Amino acid sequence: MDLQIALILGQDGITNGAIYALLALALVLVFAVTRVIFIPQGEFVAYGALTMATLQTGTAPATIWLLLVLGSAVSLLDGMQAVRTKRNDRLIKILLWNLAYPLILIAILFLLPLAKLPMLVQMILTLAVIVPMGPMLYRLVYQPLADASVLILLILSVALHLSMVGLGLLFFGAEGQRTPAFSEASFDVGALTVSGQTLVVVFTSLACIAALYFFFERSLYGKALRATAINRVGARLMGIRPALAGKITFLVATLIGAFSGVLIAPITTIYYDTGFLIGLKGFVAAIIGGLASYPLAALGALLVGLLEAFSSFWASEYKEVIVFTLIIPVLLWRSLKSTHVEDEE
Amino acid sequence: MKFALSPRLLLGIFLVLALIAPLVLPAFHITLMNYIGLYALVALGLVLLTGVGGLTSFGQAAFVGLGAYTTAVLSTQFGASPWLGLLAGIAITLGIAFILGALTLRLSGHYLPLGTIAWGISLYFLFGTMETLGGHTGLSGIPPIAIFGWALDEGQEIFYLILFFLLLAMLATSNLLDSRAGRAIRALKGGRVMAEAMGVNTLHSRMTIFLIAAVFACISGWLYAHMQRLVNPTPFGLHSGIEYLFMAVVGGAGSVWGALIGAGVITILKQWLQDWLPQLLGQSGNFETIIFGVMMILMLQYARDGIWPFLTKLVPVKKQPKAIDPHAAALPRRSFPTHGELILDAKEVTRQFGGLIANNKMNLIVHAGEILALIGPNGAGKSTMFNQISGVDTPTSGEIRFLGQNVTGMNSRAIAGMGMSRTFQHVKLLPTMTVLENVAIGAHRRGTKGVFAAAAHTERAEEASLLAEAARQLERVGLGDYLHVEAGSLALGQQRILEIARALCSDPCLLLLDEPAAGLRYREKQALGDLIKKLKAEGMAILLVEHDMDFVMGLVDRVVVMEFGEKIAEGLPEEVQKNPAVLEAYLGGVE
Repeated sequence: MDLQIALILGQDGITNGAIYALLALALVLVFAVTRVIFIPQGEFVAYGALTMATLQTGTAPATIWLLLVLGSAVSLLDGMQAVRTKRNDRLIKILLWNLAYPLILIAILFLLPLAKLPMLVQMILTLAVIVPMGPMLYRLVYQPLADASVLILLILSVALHLSMVGLGLLFFGAEGQRTPAFSEASFDVGALTVSGQTLVVVFTSLACIAALYFFFERSLYGKALRATAINRVGARLMGIRPALAGKITFLVATLIGAFSGVLIAPITTIYYDTGFLIGLKGFVAAIIGGLASYPLAALGALLVGLLEAFSSFWASEYKEVIVFTLIIPVLLWRSLKSTHVEDEE
Repeated sequence: MKFALSPRLLLGIFLVLALIAPLVLPAFHITLMNYIGLYALVALGLVLLTGVGGLTSFGQAAFVGLGAYTTAVLSTQFGASPWLGLLAGIAITLGIAFILGALTLRLSGHYLPLGTIAWGISLYFLFGTMETLGGHTGLSGIPPIAIFGWALDEGQEIFYLILFFLLLAMLATSNLLDSRAGRAIRALKGGRVMAEAMGVNTLHSRMTIFLIAAVFACISGWLYAHMQRLVNPTPFGLHSGIEYLFMAVVGGAGSVWGALIGAGVITILKQWLQDWLPQLLGQSGNFETIIFGVMMILMLQYARDGIWPFLTKLVPVKKQPKAIDPHAAALPRRSFPTHGELILDAKEVTRQFGGLIANNKMNLIVHAGEILALIGPNGAGKSTMFNQISGVDTPTSGEIRFLGQNVTGMNSRAIAGMGMSRTFQHVKLLPTMTVLENVAIGAHRRGTKGVFAAAAHTERAEEASLLAEAARQLERVGLGDYLHVEAGSLALGQQRILEIARALCSDPCLLLLDEPAAGLRYREKQALGDLIKKLKAEGMAILLVEHDMDFVMGLVDRVVVMEFGEKIAEGLPEEVQKNPAVLEAYLGGVE
């Protein structure tokens, strides 16, 4: 290997690492606030990428029907509860967000000339379809069991993952998709050619991380989430509804997931089941951070990205094995640090 | 009385049906039943791991693969006997499961499943890429298993072998759960702190069930390889690992029969959905996962205990109360320190939680045959002190000596083994276990028989002694009428008394009681006072935290008063009652 190859691999590693970092941050956030180990994050990556690819072929993506089904289910459950508790004022809001919104979106998607739209608009439409699924799924799947043990929540996550992979196959077929690059530009920096795509990915990732930082430091909702993450009961006593905290968290996590999918689609071919592996690499990074530390998780993500890039050069067949074996020394280190026995939550 | 099946009859009916089935059913159904048997074996391991132990693994399919590939390689490339393949497979599985367990079991419960996800994926890719394992096409030409020269190469022949292993595993599992080691395992879910304080090595118990589950999976893989006569990576991927977990949860993760029911339901449903869904959707693919996922979510939301409890509601299975043998050999007792000897000496114990100092330079001594009360207003740091003495918590600085030995920083298990036992302020018991079984956990350190003896039920003499001891202590504290009811159905006051019986079961020379009289009625308090006096007369030292001053003052020898983490007074009950600092702490000073 010479310097040239090392630089190219490093660039690949950093590009993927930036995306894993985004995913890892979302996973740490979801775990901190809701105790959910968010395995289906990877499916949102795939749904994001493939919805974008479908839009670019000029057809309305099938995911919109899933949004409608989920929205109808939420309308039914929440609507019935609103009627039962005589909160009819809520009913309109519930129907607006969960039923009217998907219907309007369907109309837009069928009316617009999707393939001819600028890429930015396609991206916004993609996010508009995928992101609301997060809070809806939280409402349908996790909220009824919000107080269950981490283990039960994990099994729920795995079940949801399984369903979503099956649906992914139904929606997008078994063929892989790759979207055109955001930027064809490239810059020569000494011996290295930096592609515009890399710059877009790295900078948008950094911008997202900065945006998350401001969200948590400056906005009321962000602070409410942090409070819930630190002390659930205390936050509830201060009037932060746990269900709301859960929904916002899932909104943010799904946004990050779908956006990562859009970012990664021009770099890698995405299949209906690729998201899972991508998401798991985010998990390896999150575990490096002990599912608690944001900066460690981001560093871990970079490490995962670089390890993956270099092992694909030296031992490409064993690439996945090497990346997933990375968690063993991490677990060893964590295991040696822990001494006291605690009851599981 | 309502009709109820005895467990024996249930097993008998199952056996007769299973033995006749291959003789009358067509080949297709026998194949299906073979698969159900193989899957049930894996699901059984998960029942033990998830339903009983509160842990979980998504990597069971990888262990199945390990068993299958080991025997496949040995028998096709080295011409080894399948039985050698079984032994080698079990050995490799135990090794890998031990490493995985050692890495993750010390950590919170979710690290094991995450670790097994990574392991499951890695192994799957390894199977698919390694040349010697045949890559994605796999290995073929695996010989059938032969018993005394009789090759089991027909579906109905291997059926009996699968049935044999399944029954053996079910029997071993239910034997294990009904034993000393089994009680330790059943305490894992929601009772680890308590179990450690009773001297149970919970890490050891967690490792045990993880290893057992892995071995069951490995045996299933071995049978699979020799039934199919070929292996490839497909059935050992992560999704199969998830499906095994679904089987355990759908069937009923708390019962050995649940594994069989779950494996049956999922296998038949999968068969049916795989035929029917692609036709309906006009595409080919594994769409049954959509239904399984949704089904699983709904099950967890509405019927978390699975199908088995519904079946037992339709056809109840008798619960036979445990027989207590009054002639069982008495357990050996420890030698007690002589009356008046210093047995507990806490020096300058300080505990900081961040900026909060919960205990500040606390000193406290207890002699053999003495009752010392630790009193103080709420939040004075009494329970923190208790936790440090009993090893549930570690002091930031200072030293604790018990029976002349420095026990600072030792774990609660070791301290319990030395002869200190305790109750908890917030009652910690296992609500679905019987009162008798809960109390028997206290005697854990007085038994020695391990997992193998338990699985084979060769430890019945020791078990009888343990149960007899538990029953004796329950009689002693006045709960003799409640031996066989669920502990969760007792009133709170009775649950506190149960904790005392459990602590007494460990034959302690120092007993720590955290608010034993809370929630008791007047007569019950009197009885408790009498009991404590009797224990004292036997030479036991007792340290108690209590709020009920009437109860304390008539009972104890000395009192230590705490406020804001510090000792503010010490002495005889009468002296302390007149101490101005104590009066101020309790009643507030005159401004």
